[in-house]
Amino acid sequence: MKIILNNRPETFDADSLTVSQIMDLKSFHFKMLVVRLNDHLVKKEDYSLTDVKEGDDLKIIHLVSGG
Amino acid sequence: MPTFNQIKAILSQKTVGIAGAGGLGSNCASSLIRSGVGKLIVADFDRVSPENLNRQFYFRKQAGMKKVDALRENLHKICPGCVLQVHDTRVTEDNIELLFSVCDVVVEAFDDAEQKSILINYMLTHLPHIPLVAASGMAGWGGTEKIKVVKSGNFYLCGDQESEISEDNPPIAPRVNIVANMQADIVLQLLLKELF
Repeated sequence: MKIILNNRPETFDADSLTVSQIMDLKSFHFKMLVVRLNDHLVKKEDYSLTDVKEGDDLKIIHLVSGG
Repeated sequence: MPTFNQIKAILSQKTVGIAGAGGLGSNCASSLIRSGVGKLIVADFDRVSPENLNRQFYFRKQAGMKKVDALRENLHKICPGCVLQVHDTRVTEDNIELLFSVCDVVVEAFDDAEQKSILINYMLTHLPHIPLVAASGMAGWGGTEKIKVVKSGNFYLCGDQESEISEDNPPIAPRVNIVANMQADIVLQLLLKELF
């Protein structure tokens, strides 16, 4: 499937993957994240339950301290 | 093109919430007040310390003051007529709605990533109709070209998403100010949408 990940086209060798699987494949291992799928919030407890499909827009945003 | 007077007339009717009055919040607030935003609601529980002066909009003689009181003093020097509702309190899930539900836009201006996460998750879940402008990644110096804005619906995040504060990577005025002012600029863009 082809999706948009953090504003860039990305191709995965599967018809559907969960948010957790994509995080593993792309090595997103920061503790604090904001995940948006098609501009809707995906909560932490739903990462492994939420399917990402062809054409989806996924944003995985890192929160780091400082301000 | 609208005149600056028309822009100020619109901004004077707007209310912006700012969660945190540190490096991001104090500098963002000063730019918004200079631009003509009519009312700010600011919440922070901290006091001004001399170490804050490397990036925050406070002065040496204000050390020891509550940040929200010091900020009110400084903003009123720029604009005596602006309305400043300040809350000397820690922002938690229990008071976010009470503090910010009347705002046209809310700015996330915390230091700590955990605090950022609490506010962002709460706002996107319970107040998703209010635009939220957050920040992540601005410690140190250099690499300004990596600082960007990510937009997702009503949610905006400014920063490089990687420069975390640490002993060898302190937050310093230039990058913190850049990000605080990117946040302020997005706020103006959101508030002035009706003009364009």
